Amino acid sequence: MKQTRVAYAGGIYHATEAEEGLKLQDGRIVAEEEVVWLPPVQPRTVFALGLNYSDHASELSFNAPEEPLVFLKGPNTFVGHRSVTRRPSDVTNMHYECELAVVIGSQARKVKREDAYEYVAGYTVANDYAFRDYLENYYRPNLRVKNRDNCTPIGPWLVSADQISDPMNLSLKTYVNGEITQEGSTKDMIFGIPELIEYLSSFMTLSPGDVILTGTPKGTVDTKVGDEVITEIEGVGRLKNTIVGDEASHL
Amino acid sequence: MGKAIAKFHGTLQTEEVEVNLADNMILLNQKRVPAKTLYWEPPVSGTIYGTLLNFKGAIEKMGGALTEPPYKAAPKAPVLYIKPANTVSGHESPIPIPAGETFLEMGASLGVVIGRRATRVTESEALDYVMGYTVVNDVSIPHESVFRPAVKYKARDGFCPIGPWVILGDEVENPDALSIRVYINNELKQDNTTANLVRSVSKLIADVSEFMTLDEGDILLVGVPENAPLAKNGDRVRIEISNVGMLENVIVHEEELMSGGDGQ
Repeated sequence: MKQTRVAYAGGIYHATEAEEGLKLQDGRIVAEEEVVWLPPVQPRTVFALGLNYSDHASELSFNAPEEPLVFLKGPNTFVGHRSVTRRPSDVTNMHYECELAVVIGSQARKVKREDAYEYVAGYTVANDYAFRDYLENYYRPNLRVKNRDNCTPIGPWLVSADQISDPMNLSLKTYVNGEITQEGSTKDMIFGIPELIEYLSSFMTLSPGDVILTGTPKGTVDTKVGDEVITEIEGVGRLKNTIVGDEASHL
Repeated sequence: MGKAIAKFHGTLQTEEVEVNLADNMILLNQKRVPAKTLYWEPPVSGTIYGTLLNFKGAIEKMGGALTEPPYKAAPKAPVLYIKPANTVSGHESPIPIPAGETFLEMGASLGVVIGRRATRVTESEALDYVMGYTVVNDVSIPHESVFRPAVKYKARDGFCPIGPWVILGDEVENPDALSIRVYINNELKQDNTTANLVRSVSKLIADVSEFMTLDEGDILLVGVPENAPLAKNGDRVRIEISNVGMLENVIVHEEELMSGGDGQ
């Protein structure tokens, strides 16, 4: 099953995938362009992984970490499919990061890796933009780089776990203005989904609706105002975002 | 008496109360009751953002390390972290000490409770966005390095007691001149003041809201003073912030709490 949250005609609805368009909770079928896509889950605690693909770690001149490099993101940073993200005018390097997002389905505490998938509700796609100009070496990557408003598109769909037979073998692709710029596979994660759930739940309780963004492979390049960025994960979805400028007036 | 917002066990809504900080008596529904006879829940439910290295003493303590690898330069923008939902607890809730740990750091912090959505606000208008102030114990497992995010050390269940109440902003004349005292088993272990902040409360709100929105109900911790005291199993910890309140919690081995009870 694929589900999401949308705004339509002034209301907020849950919606599922229809043969054409989306089916709202009340049965109406509406077109993809008629709705405002919201993040498919309302973010509570969201974890993100840094340097979780060895090719991306070496791209950034880092050794692969010995334990997961985890940071947290606030609710302000999430936007849905077909959203826009602002590029601050003083930034010289703003890059996308195509990431498989794992949504937790039941409370998880001290879970063993062999049981970890029982705690997964489903998967979605995230684009974890980074603004490298703002990197500082304290709690790196710091929130000014990773937690700006509307800078983490997520969606379009929450795809239930039963639809994805092997989440550790999915291709990831990013297209900028239709050209492929990033390509990888979830099989190249350093810490896979079972290990991440085991790690996090070993020291804290995970709850339904918590999300883990599992990191990005190599191929992150600077994007400019006007660029259309599509992050795509095989079987999970194709998430579109457009970069806009920092000016106040959008009339 | 100061006006405050509180949340009590067994109700979904928050309550307006009056607090007498001199004797810890509470005026609730026209009745005066001692604070210790009530069951306090965390008074707010927004996102909690902590601020690293916002005390002058904490910066001084870093010394030459600030300019050496891996840090290489002193911090420029506010360095923030998140205390996620699983960490939040209330006044008199036990603080779980994980198996294998002997000490926990008691991170006494003034919590600034946001009253309305703040995006790109200026320093001069920043306090208009504050609903009030509360006391927060930003608990950590002691760790040296602040190069990488400290989720494993700071995001454990029950590692962020908050409360007992939120004193409304009007009751606090100057949030940059509040004493912060930490007592462990009634012995004074730390004595500092928000006069020592690197960024004042209003400057911090302005600089944070420049790059991210603070929403109504969010709490911005102004920072933990240097040399946070350590507490061990069984210790009773009290954080007092002048004009705001006093937050008390006891450290308890996590195994004793695993059944889900809150120890009350």
